[in-house]
Amino acid sequence: MSISGFLSQLLAIIVALVLAPLLMGWVNQWRAWLQNRTAPGLLQPYRMLNKLFHKESIVAETASPIFRLAPYIVFGCMVLACAIIPTLSTDLPMSPAADAIALVGLFAVARVFISLAAMDIGTAFGSLGARREMLIGFLAEPALLAILFNASLISNSTALTSIVEYLAHKEFAIYPSLAFAGIAFTMVSFAENARVPVDNPATHLELTMIHEALILEYSGRHLALIEWAVALKLFAYSCIGLALFFPWGIAEAEAPVVLIFALPALVLKLAVGGFLLALIETLSAKMRIFRVPEFLATAFLLAVIGMLVHFLLGA
Amino acid sequence: MLNWLTIDWILLVIVVWLLIGVAGIVALRRFRFVARVLFPIGGFVCLSLAGLALQALGNTPETAILPIGLPQLPFHLRLDNLSAFFLLLIGGVGAGVSLFAAGYFRKGAGTPPGLLCLEYHIFLASMVLVVLADDAYAFMVAWETMALSSFFLVTANHKVPEVQKAGFLYLLIAHIGAIAILLCFGVLQANTGDYTFDNMRAMTLTPFWASTAFLLALFGFGAKAGMLPLHIWLPEAHPAAPSPVSALMSAVMLKTAIYGLLRISFDLLHTHVWWWGGLLLALGLLTALFGVVFAAVQTDMKRLLAYSSIENIGLLLAGMGLTLIFHAYQMPALAALSLTAVLYHTASHAFFKSLLFLGTGSVLHATSERNLGRLGGLMHFMPWVAWLVLIGVFASSGLPPFSGFVSEWLLLQSFLFTPGLPDSFLNMLIPIVAAMIALIAALAGYAMVKFFGVIFLGQPREEKLKEAHDAGIWEKIGMIWLAAWCIALGLFPNFLIGLIDSVTVSLVGAGLAQQAQSSGWLFLVPSSIERASFAPLLFLLGIALGCLLAYVLLRRLYHGGLRRAAPWDCGHPWQTARMQDTAEGFGQPIRQMFEPFMRLTRKIPTPFDKEPVYKVTIEDHFWFWLYLPIAKVIEFVAGQVGRLQQGRISIYLLYSFITLLFMLFLVQK
Repeated sequence: MSISGFLSQLLAIIVALVLAPLLMGWVNQWRAWLQNRTAPGLLQPYRMLNKLFHKESIVAETASPIFRLAPYIVFGCMVLACAIIPTLSTDLPMSPAADAIALVGLFAVARVFISLAAMDIGTAFGSLGARREMLIGFLAEPALLAILFNASLISNSTALTSIVEYLAHKEFAIYPSLAFAGIAFTMVSFAENARVPVDNPATHLELTMIHEALILEYSGRHLALIEWAVALKLFAYSCIGLALFFPWGIAEAEAPVVLIFALPALVLKLAVGGFLLALIETLSAKMRIFRVPEFLATAFLLAVIGMLVHFLLGA
Repeated sequence: MLNWLTIDWILLVIVVWLLIGVAGIVALRRFRFVARVLFPIGGFVCLSLAGLALQALGNTPETAILPIGLPQLPFHLRLDNLSAFFLLLIGGVGAGVSLFAAGYFRKGAGTPPGLLCLEYHIFLASMVLVVLADDAYAFMVAWETMALSSFFLVTANHKVPEVQKAGFLYLLIAHIGAIAILLCFGVLQANTGDYTFDNMRAMTLTPFWASTAFLLALFGFGAKAGMLPLHIWLPEAHPAAPSPVSALMSAVMLKTAIYGLLRISFDLLHTHVWWWGGLLLALGLLTALFGVVFAAVQTDMKRLLAYSSIENIGLLLAGMGLTLIFHAYQMPALAALSLTAVLYHTASHAFFKSLLFLGTGSVLHATSERNLGRLGGLMHFMPWVAWLVLIGVFASSGLPPFSGFVSEWLLLQSFLFTPGLPDSFLNMLIPIVAAMIALIAALAGYAMVKFFGVIFLGQPREEKLKEAHDAGIWEKIGMIWLAAWCIALGLFPNFLIGLIDSVTVSLVGAGLAQQAQSSGWLFLVPSSIERASFAPLLFLLGIALGCLLAYVLLRRLYHGGLRRAAPWDCGHPWQTARMQDTAEGFGQPIRQMFEPFMRLTRKIPTPFDKEPVYKVTIEDHFWFWLYLPIAKVIEFVAGQVGRLQQGRISIYLLYSFITLLFMLFLVQK
């Protein structure tokens, strides 16, 4: 492990930890503006985390150790996810530990833990949330894999850094299969991050909530960890999208100097992405829960069609 | 004595098992002796079997001839890499299950303990013989012994009508399969009359006869493995059998079918046609999807696991199909990759599924409930079982860094490597199969979260569950042994891949191990590190560091304490255990989405019902589309034939007379 590799790895993790709540704040701000509401400050998520960290945690009497373990595991999974996704640089010593398939597995670990924790208390909402989360998960997970397969068929690799290096290096060419994958990815990331057409992060209306039902029993520092993990997940998904479809500006192993430009590039791309996310959320209405499988099945099929297109065109 | 071959030692293992069985018969009803002495000895014998198999892996094949059986027809035995690998599994899983069984069997349940002990050890011995057999005769004898001994084990509780029914169904399908296997051997010996595998290896069949043999083998072994549409016995037999027996059947016996299919299609047959692989791939995928969808909607915990076994067998068959395709197109490196994935999954399924079945056994003992609707909250009363089962659940859902993920990862990698096949149509379809496998794996996660969540989490759905006790020491030891392997196979994949290497070299002519370890023992690398790599230990370390980071941050940042209180539940004032999701509720989205897969009958109450009843039954289409029509035809034919039986001696004499006339007529011609 070279020193520069270690540093860029550390930088990637720190940037993710710091920028993730900021991205959340940015999206929330735009959402409020687009919906003609007074926006909370950009730093609101940090204040929220700080407040929650100082509060007392209340744990249900019926909770088992899984309930208390889950926030740490989920947070750990998301930190690892941010460590292996090439956000600033492809010179990541952690990256060979997990490729695209293992990344999806990582998200699955987090999902299973949070669902088990939700079932742990034994309330009606908890198990409802767990069921819905797993429903979304079992469709979103293969869809995400199929999207990543699209990229790996083009670059002949499932290692995330190799994919990004390949896609950033090629002379400018449009891959029709990536276009399908891009649409599918947008749909999946809305579902996976509990965003509007699928779930509403701002709701506590019993019958519609999915993600909020899962974490209903959490409070204090546990809730803070989960909220941070949620922000990290949004950040990770955004970075996967940027890395696959807009990989320009990410520094490579041979040219660590570009790292200086990589951070502003990333912030710029995330700012645009966050605005678009808020825009789509504002323009769409929430679906009924049983429309969600159709929505995600569409995403899955689009990604599969992308693979077919790749072979048909021989690209 | 000292220059015994490994195969001789393995024969000694079989003899010791049989002696243990006989000791069981002698001490027929001395329960403590049978359980606490005989079963643990059997377990240690299993361990030594695993050790012997480990030693045999990678060595030159050894043969032995047992002078038993018919005159001129002794048993030929052979220990090669493929058999050694499966012996390793039988030994490894058997050790855990036997130790568990030492604490499991209780007094007064149907068959006396001594007899169970005999059947159990004959079952183990026959599986070893199946794997060692080197001629069709020995193979069939061992195969039938395995079917019969497991039949008696399944019907240990033979006073219950459902158990009887399940047992007979199992026996029926096992025998239909056995006929196909027998016919397959008949084709393979190519009219030479010599039924040794050596002779079959030497024969080269025409593509037509080779395909016939392959299809017969597929049918016969498919019936044992639970391939669609011959899976029907699995969900009946597993709940009926005592849990250690279910564990052995699911973890090892189903794998002997995989062994048989591998033996015939890669070792005995030399002609390879690509469509065999295509067929196997399609059947495997169908089986896997069917199995996992049904697993997700089950309400009986052992049936759920049985369907999950069907799913895993489907994945194994699909992987084997891919291997056949690569093999037919002479791409040894890729064939080695997918075969490694298949064998890895065989091992990992053997360990996690036996662990899960043993877990249900402990739950069954503690609560005498199999119905998920009456369980819940057992995490608080049986923490050991819960945590150990959780490991099995993670492995079974294919979550990193547990054993199930490694095999899934290898399987997906081998599907993604396909570009390069000469057939462009196949080239196009196979990555799509990878997407299907991803879907199946994700659904397996759904079923497993349901399994664990409904049994162990939440609040107990019945009062009596609060008296549930944790597993005893023997049960714990058995489960810990299996759970440890679920973790070890997940964290150190290169260890097992190194062992599998010699098997793939002997079957498809290439190995993966050297490549896999090219970037150090930490990394699993199927072709090159730029292409794909996975380092489970680093992966775990990464998550652990993340957790540690969170913990340290909390120590620095938080100032609040921790308080226990009643659950909040959105401020709902009172809640009962009945308000949790039931198993039906948890499976409902799957039921709704995959309704065409199953035969649903629903009874929905009207608002005016005095005593509203809601009832859903889910049945298998295959019963109604395939089995019942066949049963009807057979019944009809039997009825017609039955007319011959009149019960009067004069009529029977008439039959003899007519037959005699007919014979005379034939002879004259």
